[in-house]
Amino acid sequence: MGKERIEQVFQQRAAQGEKVFIPYITAGDPDQETSYQLVKALARAGASVIELGVPFSDPVADGPVIQAAAGRALAGGMKVAQVLKLVGRIRQEETVPIVLLTYYNPVLQFGLERFAHAAAGAGVDGIIVADLPMEEAEPLRAALDRQGLALIPLVAPTSSAERIGEIAATARGFIYCVSLMGVTGTRTGLAPETTELLARVRAATTLPVAVGFGISTPAQVATVAPQADGVIVGSAIVKVIEAHLAEPERIVPAVTALAEELMAALPSKQLQEV
Amino acid sequence: MHEPTTTGRYGDFGGCFVPETLKTALAELNEAYGALRQDRQFQGEFQQYLADYAGRPSLLYDAKRLSDHLGGARILLKREDLNHTGSHKINNTLGQVLLAKRMGKKRVIAETGAGQHGVATATACALFGLDCEIYMGAEDVERQALNVLRMRLLGAKVVAVETGSRTLKDAINEAFRDWVANVNHTYYCFGTAAGPHPYPMIVRDFQAVVGIEARGQVLEKTGRLPDVVMACVGGGSNAIGIFSGFLDDPSVRLIGVEAGGAGIDSERHAASISRGTPGVLHGARSFLLQDEDGQILPTHSIAAGLDYPGVGPQLSYLRDCGRAEFCAVTDEQALAAVQLLCRTEGILPALESAHAIAQAVVMAPKLGQEGLMIVNLSGRGDKDVHTLAQEGGII
Repeated sequence: MGKERIEQVFQQRAAQGEKVFIPYITAGDPDQETSYQLVKALARAGASVIELGVPFSDPVADGPVIQAAAGRALAGGMKVAQVLKLVGRIRQEETVPIVLLTYYNPVLQFGLERFAHAAAGAGVDGIIVADLPMEEAEPLRAALDRQGLALIPLVAPTSSAERIGEIAATARGFIYCVSLMGVTGTRTGLAPETTELLARVRAATTLPVAVGFGISTPAQVATVAPQADGVIVGSAIVKVIEAHLAEPERIVPAVTALAEELMAALPSKQLQEV
Repeated sequence: MHEPTTTGRYGDFGGCFVPETLKTALAELNEAYGALRQDRQFQGEFQQYLADYAGRPSLLYDAKRLSDHLGGARILLKREDLNHTGSHKINNTLGQVLLAKRMGKKRVIAETGAGQHGVATATACALFGLDCEIYMGAEDVERQALNVLRMRLLGAKVVAVETGSRTLKDAINEAFRDWVANVNHTYYCFGTAAGPHPYPMIVRDFQAVVGIEARGQVLEKTGRLPDVVMACVGGGSNAIGIFSGFLDDPSVRLIGVEAGGAGIDSERHAASISRGTPGVLHGARSFLLQDEDGQILPTHSIAAGLDYPGVGPQLSYLRDCGRAEFCAVTDEQALAAVQLLCRTEGILPALESAHAIAQAVVMAPKLGQEGLMIVNLSGRGDKDVHTLAQEGGII
């Protein structure tokens, strides 16, 4: 299904006047079975796309919360092959689009062609690579294109209009807007540059646009969602996992409750009509 | 062998693998440096500071007692330890902090392993009046306590990094995270000839003075080129600095000495080229110590400045095309080399530089009396006396 499945979800939601909610969890945090249960629970709670982190030992774009999650997943033996196996297992029951978020080296060592083939086989739909800017992305994009998978690019508040245009020209699936200058993590408030960035991206592409980095509360979701097609929440969810490590049976209900609370803050057609 | 492509490639190595947030900053850096590289006023100012402040040129010293003791090649030491702040690192930081000032940046950040680059950055920031923050692995903060105090005296804030292996690799991760958040007003003064383009080129350019001087000095002193030029390799800035002067002299063997730790057949070493495979870390494709899943492996060396799982892209390329050779010596060999140089020459080398001395110990007898070897003595060992007392059984 690949990139079409992602693009269709955005189209369907847009047609209904709704926004796309994209929760992030690190695969294997704290273990594979919990990740499996979490993806199922999030999909059933109404998440439109699931972002699944492939852990890397040196995550330079991540703050302390997701660094710790990667550490837990790696300590549990999570490797690229296990993440793909996990996706395959989820695919037997769920049709929700799944996007992997990782760094370049694990994909490079797996082998770009081999990775694209195995990811497509497992039912992955798209990939986001935190340290792979446009100039270095061609070999992976070509491999993913051959399998119909999306290489979803990131744009940042420092990306010029011209650069965003070039990035958008080869983008697949959606465009991931980094809403602030910094690493992943929860913040209070939203950076003013987010609005300007979204305007530049809108001007450059008709692809769907999702916003992430630093979005953690229903209030922030409510503020940013009207300007975008989708909202990505990562660290706030991972924090809930972290808070329940001592009582793992509560992880899935607690994460589901947070996701529902965040999704309730999304503007919907019904609400706008009231 | 000298210049990268416009995308920062040395053969298959190098590049610019960074989060999008940093792309614009690296493009600006590349543009600013590209202009100043040809700017006579900037280059003149840099040379002036190297001479009047850092104390260049550094000596090329004929280590007669060491040579006699080893009974082989004549060994010349390039005395980077005599520079202000005690290592070659000052060459790079004077250049980069001048660059930061020209770019209008108010704040400078850097990573450090042994603390030599941190001290040199803090020094240049004090000299030019810029705010300075240094990231250092918590393990290195403990084992290089003297340099931490020096940095603080110089007005820098030192942040102990508790993540990962708590060494140089993690300090670089944390410095990148800081830069991602503060890129508009902050300059990242990268310490070694590694990282994303254009850093490997910038650091190499500022360190090339070591090789240019050494070539002139050896010709003047001996009337000929050396058979071997040797340097220790962590990220590789002192090695690429001295190698740069001899790249076009095919008769000169260039030998990089990596940290063999407890032995390169054990899991406790930092010999990225000798035992690593190509991969992408910290912005560039280079030789890395990694597992089959692409996760970076923990490293070990008694020398904090060599305790790093990667190496610069130009050195990776020089190894790949066969122009440079690489080997490793163990902690034990390095400790013995410290003692030997102290006793034969009255020079206390840094543990990092002692790796190059240790390989000279191995090679000098093989080269024979006619042989001529330059060893880059990249730093002095005052910072290491604590480690030497604890682990060396020397003091």
